[in-house]
Amino acid sequence: MKTRSKKTRAKLMRRIVIAAAMAAMLLVVVTFAGVFAPNDPYATNAACIRQAPSVTYPCGTDNLGRCVLSRIIYGGRTTIAATFFLVAISFLIGTVIGILCGYYGGMLDRILMRSADVMLSFPQMVVAIAVAGILGGGLKGAMIALGIPMWVGFARLARSHTFSIKHAPYIQTAILAGKSTGYIMRKHILPNILAPILTNALTQIGITMIGLSGLSFLGLGVVPPQAEWGSMINEARAYIQVAPWAVLFPALAIVVTIIVFNYLGDAVMDYRDL
Amino acid sequence: MIKKTLGKIAGLLVLLLILSLFVFLLLYIAPGDPAEKRLTSQGVVVTKEVLQAEQERLGLLKPFFVRYGEWLFGVVRGDFGLSFKDDLPVAPKLLQGLKNTTILATTSLVFSLLVSYPLAFISAFRKNRLADHIIRIISFIGNSLPNFLISVLLMYFFCIKANLLPVIADGTAQGLILPVLSLSIPTISRFTRQIRSEMITQLSEDYVTGMRLRGVKERYIALNVIRNSLGHVITIVGLQIGMLMGGSVVIETIFRWPGIGKLVMDSITARDYPVIMGFVLIMGTIYVVINQLTDLCYHLLDPRVRT
Repeated sequence: MKTRSKKTRAKLMRRIVIAAAMAAMLLVVVTFAGVFAPNDPYATNAACIRQAPSVTYPCGTDNLGRCVLSRIIYGGRTTIAATFFLVAISFLIGTVIGILCGYYGGMLDRILMRSADVMLSFPQMVVAIAVAGILGGGLKGAMIALGIPMWVGFARLARSHTFSIKHAPYIQTAILAGKSTGYIMRKHILPNILAPILTNALTQIGITMIGLSGLSFLGLGVVPPQAEWGSMINEARAYIQVAPWAVLFPALAIVVTIIVFNYLGDAVMDYRDL
Repeated sequence: MIKKTLGKIAGLLVLLLILSLFVFLLLYIAPGDPAEKRLTSQGVVVTKEVLQAEQERLGLLKPFFVRYGEWLFGVVRGDFGLSFKDDLPVAPKLLQGLKNTTILATTSLVFSLLVSYPLAFISAFRKNRLADHIIRIISFIGNSLPNFLISVLLMYFFCIKANLLPVIADGTAQGLILPVLSLSIPTISRFTRQIRSEMITQLSEDYVTGMRLRGVKERYIALNVIRNSLGHVITIVGLQIGMLMGGSVVIETIFRWPGIGKLVMDSITARDYPVIMGFVLIMGTIYVVINQLTDLCYHLLDPRVRT
């Protein structure tokens, strides 16, 4: 039995490494977009509008003669950077609030967690669409709309884990040794609750990407001409009959990216569940 | 039990009150003055006198809470105000849209359950076999696809490449196929994953081991597992409602299905705020009520969680 679990462990570890490597590859490509993009993503070219994929334009061109592949790479930068930023901010705010609530308890805990419950009791996408729609679109509006419910998940997770280790002997010892509360939170609580919260952050990446590109698709996120996958698909679907590549390649990019990050999240979760 | 139900109802009312306050505030986080927005959306040239008269007429010069109270009183009686665009009452438009959206969402929900239950069953009972692997891979991919992507791809392959189905959902049954499918694919994937894991949990329970030891036929064990996992359906359906609401906005916009989602997107373009507010209020209320109901059903069905 033990050897078997060891075997599955190794197998899961391999899955994590593969997924992480692919995610890292995506990150490298979008970070050094200037190196990988064959053309200027914003340069329009009236001479080659809606051209099929060729050597100069590996994924064809769109309605304005812009290189689809370059726009995908630069668009990926927008999507991935916004997603990471949003998840990181939610992670930070949520974890700090969660630890404070879990550690101190009492009135503060009750007020903050009640308001967290309220934020979770409304349909996320509906609120996001309304807020982004009323704010008049823009990446900032979309990020605010998606970030509001996200920190709550982190806060709840951090709170419950802090709560469960609060009375552990090593925390009590630290208190008796006269360590400051801030020190205990940073050095004793945070490292011990980090794993589940990081796992949650990984699973949130895929969800956030779906939400962000969906809002952009509706015209409520990134505003053209800035490249973003959702808005590229929305622009190009009007002429999908004549230039399907302008839709299909960005679609492929979204699917691959989300699958890679979801796969990584799933693999890490399975590994931890073992 | 009665005391608990009353408490739940009180909590529900508080939530709805917060929702209404949030919706009312939406009008104020919007850049610009409501009267000005209303005038510009109707194409009137805004001068100071016209603006003041409009503000007076809309009651914008009254204190905030008086306005909120009046608005809330109207909403409770089913009066969602007048559209900025054409001065017609918003409520009938919203209701008509809601009816169409309900048709779309309910069809998709029933379809998803009908498909995902057998899939989850096969997957759980053939765990780690070929069928299980295939179902898991497909449901994993389906879970990673955004709604809009599925819609656009389905439209491309079925309407443009194969020319089988109409591009626009024109209200016929044929027009409903693609929107329902687009809405269902992520739902099926999610349901299959959740029901599968519930069935696997059931399969490791003592009663299954007991039945196996007594030599009960697999068929009867399967029947028991299915029956015991049915209660779980309420929970997963409740969890999916929010996703369906967001997804239907996207899908209705793409297929031009005359639901509440398409209505709100048109209103966002036209800056028709009363419709947007009504949309959030209605969807939020449905969401909150359904969540409370699923909670209640869960308590009624499963005696173990009653405390």
